[in-house]
Amino acid sequence: MKSLVCLKQVPDTETQIKVNADGTGIVTDGIKYVINPYDEFSVEEALRLKEKFKEGEVVILTIGPDRATEAIRTALAMGADRGVHVSDEALNQADPLVSAQALAAAAAQLQYDIIFCGHRAIDDDFAATGAMLAELLKLPQVTLVTKVEVSDDKKSAVVERDVEGGKEIVEVSLPCVVTSQKGLNEPRYASLPGIMKAKKKPIDKKTAADLGVSADPKLQSKNYTMPPERQAGKKFEGLEPEEAAKVVVQALRNEAKII
Amino acid sequence: MSNVMIYGEIKAGKIKKSAFELASQGRKLADSMGGELAAVLMGPQGEQFAPDLARYGVDTVYVLEAPELETYNSEFYAQALAHMVGEKKPEILLISHSMQGKDLAPRTAAKLGVGHIADCIAFELDGTTLVGKRPMYAGKCYAQWSSTVSPQLASARPNVLETAENPKAGTVEKVAFSPDTSRPTYKTKELSLDTSGKVDLTEAEIIVSGGRGMGGTDYSLLEEMAGIFGPTATVGASRAAVDAGWRPHSDQVGQTGKTVTPNLYVACGISGSIQHLAGMGSSKVIVAVNKDPEAPIFTKADYGIVGDLFKVVPEFNKELKTLLAE
Ligand SMILES: Cc1cc2nc3c(=O)[nH]c(=O)nc-3n(C[C@H](O)[C@H](O)[C@H](O)COP(=O)(O)OP(=O)(O)OC[C@H]3O[C@@H](n4cnc5c(N)ncnc54)[C@H](O)[C@@H]3O)c2cc1C
Repeated sequence: MKSLVCLKQVPDTETQIKVNADGTGIVTDGIKYVINPYDEFSVEEALRLKEKFKEGEVVILTIGPDRATEAIRTALAMGADRGVHVSDEALNQADPLVSAQALAAAAAQLQYDIIFCGHRAIDDDFAATGAMLAELLKLPQVTLVTKVEVSDDKKSAVVERDVEGGKEIVEVSLPCVVTSQKGLNEPRYASLPGIMKAKKKPIDKKTAADLGVSADPKLQSKNYTMPPERQAGKKFEGLEPEEAAKVVVQALRNEAKII
Repeated sequence: MSNVMIYGEIKAGKIKKSAFELASQGRKLADSMGGELAAVLMGPQGEQFAPDLARYGVDTVYVLEAPELETYNSEFYAQALAHMVGEKKPEILLISHSMQGKDLAPRTAAKLGVGHIADCIAFELDGTTLVGKRPMYAGKCYAQWSSTVSPQLASARPNVLETAENPKAGTVEKVAFSPDTSRPTYKTKELSLDTSGKVDLTEAEIIVSGGRGMGGTDYSLLEEMAGIFGPTATVGASRAAVDAGWRPHSDQVGQTGKTVTPNLYVACGISGSIQHLAGMGSSKVIVAVNKDPEAPIFTKADYGIVGDLFKVVPEFNKELKTLLAE
């Protein structure tokens, strides 16, 4: 079972984001980077598939600057076999379609039965790359998956996905692109032997030219701003529950006019 | 000619409120461009909603009918939508950033070879360029995005854009469409939708959420509160409650859960971690019940009650019931 896992390095969820002085982006100094949490579910699911079929490969595919190598190494320490790192100044800030084009070009040089993407990257929050990649590769997409069962012949899978207010179970031919979300599994930690082994696993570097993709942006951003700071409102301490409840319910009606 | 086109989502035989939000926004954009507003609906059920859409300013409703469009499927719906864009050549296409929209919009964008400005909370026009304001880093900052190519495709966060009636003498046009069935896609084997009428977290107007402070699977106090508020209210949870197995993953609010934008968010026994705040920080009004006066949630809450939720919430429910019964 050969899985291709698209993985992005993103600021840690604890990070306090600050907009830079001229509003062209965020301040990146001092940010701690981690694997996009949704991509950890992808790595885990790919490892489980390899373990189940007792053969195959898990390849990590990442677009990002040099530091993104750390995220690939972490995935290799979890048990993935090798990495492909698309590292090109022109692609590092790419919008979803350009990213998907680069991922598709890289995928075309690899073999896979299934491609995993996170359903969204928690930095730019587009939730678009996986579906775009599927379309570019002319593959089916199954987004927001919580369960993946690959048939013994590896030709199809039964996949459970979340839909608004419910669940959908679909049957899909492989290869396909699935986008992972919470609920799919519990990602494992990298073990110490895993970390030692990861150092020796290969990571291929690729540029946009190697992949034959142009980085013509389809989207552009400007005017980064901070959201209005939420202020602490009224805090009721030392009141009897009954009294506190009365005051707040009344305030919701008369002051906030929300109920 | 249609300068602006919206995709109206139909779920369980009903058109979603987001379609009216998109129509209202689309009308404004079309008016500034001196153009027309069209809507695309999929499946035979679509026709009946044309009058509703006309009320919110839609000039023409295109209803696409094909057996493949009877239930939602990313490939066929994206083909159908891309087909309509090819035929009618709108300058702007708006979709809801609902769970279906997140599946459909990017695939359609890739078919058209254009970008997709996702999850916008506000729009403006710069000439004929659509500028979408969107939260990033789970709402920790905002940025304005625009397309460099045409058509300009954007999705809007549900529940944020205002609806405004603007009646038009709308027309309906049925469009025959046969998708390319040689493209591989999935087959839906089972679709189980919650038919209790419970509103989804991302669309709820009121959310009553519980965290680790709930101490177990018994959420009846919170269910009761949501019940008193009525059908637009629902129950959510923090990750701690979900990870403990007290609530399903689909209830999780936060950076790795759902981003919600209710009018009222009631946080019970939730400390207010940065990842939780990221998901609910743009709620209009926040009420927090927590026994720890130092809990970070109190720095964001409009109304904070320091106390034991098991004592406060029952009183709160009693008060609410009396008030709402009046
Ligand atoms: C990568 C990553 C992603 C994450 N994503 C999310 C996410 O999407 N959503 C999310 O919520 N978290 C997320 N978290 C977890 C987050 O950091 C917190 O651990 C979590 O939000 C804590 O949940 P809690 O507030 O319910 O629990 P706690 O922080 O344990 O708080 C419980 C609160 O309940 C109060 N309490 C206890 N008993 C009572 C009582 N009887 N009456 C009143 N108050 C009481 C306590 O005073 C306390 O403040 C994420 C973490 C990481 C690392």
